[in-house]
Amino acid sequence: MRAIGIVLAGGNSKRMRELSNKRAISAMPVAGSYRSIDFALSNMSNSHIQSVAVFTQYNSRSLNEHLSSSKWWDFGRKQGGLFVFTPTITAENSDWYRGTADALYQNLSFLKNSHEPYVVIASGDCVYKLDYGKVLEYHIEKKADITVVCKDMPEDMDVTRYGLVKTNDDGRITEFEEKPMVATSNTVSCGIYVIRRRQLIELIERCAAEDRVDFVRDILVRYKNLKRIYAYRLNSYWSNIASVDSYYQTNMDFLKPDVRRYFFREYPDIYSKVDDLPPAKYNPGASVKNSLISSGCIINGTVENSVLFKKAYVGNNCVIRNSIILNDVYIGDNTVIENCIVESRDTIRANTTYIGTPDDIKIVVEKNERYTL
Amino acid sequence: MIKKEMIAMLLAGGQGSRLGVLTQKVAKPAVSFGGKYRIIDFPLSNCINSGVDTVGVLTQYQPLRLNAHIGIGIPWDLDRNVGGVTILPPYERSKGSDWYTGTANAIFQNLEYMESYNPDYVLILSGDHIYKMDYEVMLEYHKANNADVTIAAMPVPIEEASRFGIVITDDNNRITEFEEKPANPRSNLASMGIYIFSWPALKEALLSLADVPGCDFGKHVIPYCFDKGERIFAYEYNGYWKDVGTLGSYWEANMELIDIIPEFNLYEEYWKIYTKSDIIPPQYVAPDAIIERSIIGEGTEIHGSVYNSVIGAGVTIEPGAVVRDSIVMRDSVVKAGANVNKAILAEDTEVGEGAELGVGEYAPSKYDPKVYQFDLVTVGEHSVIPDHVKVGKNTAISGKTEKEDYPDGQLASGDYIIKAGGVR
Repeated sequence: MRAIGIVLAGGNSKRMRELSNKRAISAMPVAGSYRSIDFALSNMSNSHIQSVAVFTQYNSRSLNEHLSSSKWWDFGRKQGGLFVFTPTITAENSDWYRGTADALYQNLSFLKNSHEPYVVIASGDCVYKLDYGKVLEYHIEKKADITVVCKDMPEDMDVTRYGLVKTNDDGRITEFEEKPMVATSNTVSCGIYVIRRRQLIELIERCAAEDRVDFVRDILVRYKNLKRIYAYRLNSYWSNIASVDSYYQTNMDFLKPDVRRYFFREYPDIYSKVDDLPPAKYNPGASVKNSLISSGCIINGTVENSVLFKKAYVGNNCVIRNSIILNDVYIGDNTVIENCIVESRDTIRANTTYIGTPDDIKIVVEKNERYTL
Repeated sequence: MIKKEMIAMLLAGGQGSRLGVLTQKVAKPAVSFGGKYRIIDFPLSNCINSGVDTVGVLTQYQPLRLNAHIGIGIPWDLDRNVGGVTILPPYERSKGSDWYTGTANAIFQNLEYMESYNPDYVLILSGDHIYKMDYEVMLEYHKANNADVTIAAMPVPIEEASRFGIVITDDNNRITEFEEKPANPRSNLASMGIYIFSWPALKEALLSLADVPGCDFGKHVIPYCFDKGERIFAYEYNGYWKDVGTLGSYWEANMELIDIIPEFNLYEEYWKIYTKSDIIPPQYVAPDAIIERSIIGEGTEIHGSVYNSVIGAGVTIEPGAVVRDSIVMRDSVVKAGANVNKAILAEDTEVGEGAELGVGEYAPSKYDPKVYQFDLVTVGEHSVIPDHVKVGKNTAISGKTEKEDYPDGQLASGDYIIKAGGVR
């Protein structure tokens, strides 16, 4: 592959509410067995990109734990590898990453020391499959300076939390607005960019000289009429999980057969860190309907229209409906949970009730003593 | 200098012929177990959990699946700069070549491998038992006794003792006598086929017995050491240990995993069992599915009903299908409306729509009554069973079978279909 990869995984969002208290969004568990960043990393690996840098900053413990070895995604080769760049204090700089462009600037040596002519930049908070090689082909064919992967969202969807673009007939981006108050387009930027490496270095250096720090605001938006910035339209499934509602919805999407088939059974696979948990176990009293169940779960109660992540324990007579139970949660007997997201490593007492509504998903954080078998 | 205090030699070359069609294409240690594991995962995980990081795996019979599974040992953390896992197949040498003719002969042919690690002790394991054991504790016991050989032994019910190799010990657990399948056992301590040898004792014995045809640990090496007067001790083990050498015991051991609190508990944090997991996604349970008392592997889709069963990874159970008291291994498909009772379906098998397995009256197997009993339907890997056929008990099926193979749409109890193009 003629590109190196960069995954921007530093971000946090207030829209994630309590869920981002203890982890970066990129480390959010998704679809039972994965974490959000697995999709970008697997796409990189499946596109034969060998050298990938992950930029982290916010609450990166959970993410670092997940990235403990690069072998899960088949990186860690003699040529290339997986690099994790957290902000460090140097003789010249004692700042955190002040923005995406600043993060790139602080690690400019990674860009300068690579030899591949192109760079693929992706964010770690999106669920999708994409062969970046196809985007690169398009990029070259259009003689573009920057290619932005975009997706047309449904007309009725609120897209004001995204970057919105308008293109001409050739696909060249003519308008780029970041998180506008009023949406004037339903084509959103997926946060995936292809750019020539030397071009990127030049833009980032110029940005830094002007004390500008954000890749979207200070490069894409400012340069849109100067540089040839093209939109590559993504027609397959894509979802950004960076709000509680979209996180909930994205997980629930995996209950649909076509989404499941696309991600779980069709080539190429999405890889993740393997946890060596035993198969899920259904004891007498278990009743599971339309749900995803991950390895290591033990189920004694009722589970409907829900996603259970790894190692959830569901006690006798429990009723779990329309909910997401994250990793390693213990739910005591006779407990009712509806329309909730239960934070990982929670211990839910017996005989308790947690009810949210479809429009207001409740986030449950319960750190009780756990007495296990 | 390279030095390992104890290395393990894992005998994984056996066919396991009593597992019938399950082992026609794979060695017994590579047979699936418990939804996501293979039998060899248990001794390999025991090794790494016991701090034994150098393991030679001796292969001979149908090694492809085993080799692919073990690779360079990543799942067990056995990818090491020094040591780690090494596959040891029989090899050709300038003066002719030999297959492994017996368990001890196989070890003898790999003296150089063992010597290269300069070990003080060698642990001999077999790849066909389900158990968790800390070999380090056994080694401490070996050292404390200043033993030459330590044999792991477990108490068995005295009425079953005549099926085992029995050891008789003195008050210090030193072995004073051996009895192979005695009619009137004088002890109930059965040898588990797990040995720790002090390296000089093992090397001397193997060299002395080099010319014994089919040299075997139980038959030759241990008696040789015993006759020489070496210090042989029994290490009593009281945990769960299961030989899964027959279809009946294999089925039973799988079924024991679905007990509410199984005696052999895979869900404990301590002493994890590792395996190569290449199917990652969660399993999906459809709105009309019913699952009772079962364990189910990753990526499986359940639309039908599953009772008292062990279902592997990547399996599909279609709507209306019913699976009961069965073992379904990875990537198999049970089509709509099929009815599977007390069957073992090996990897990548397909049961046609509305097919009924395990029905009808009892009849002994015409193929091999010693292997195919326990009323089981046994289906070899990559087999296909056509739509709407009935299959009886104690039956064996292997290969892509078609309607014409089933006279009157039926395979009677005790009958079998072994087709070319399937396994074998």
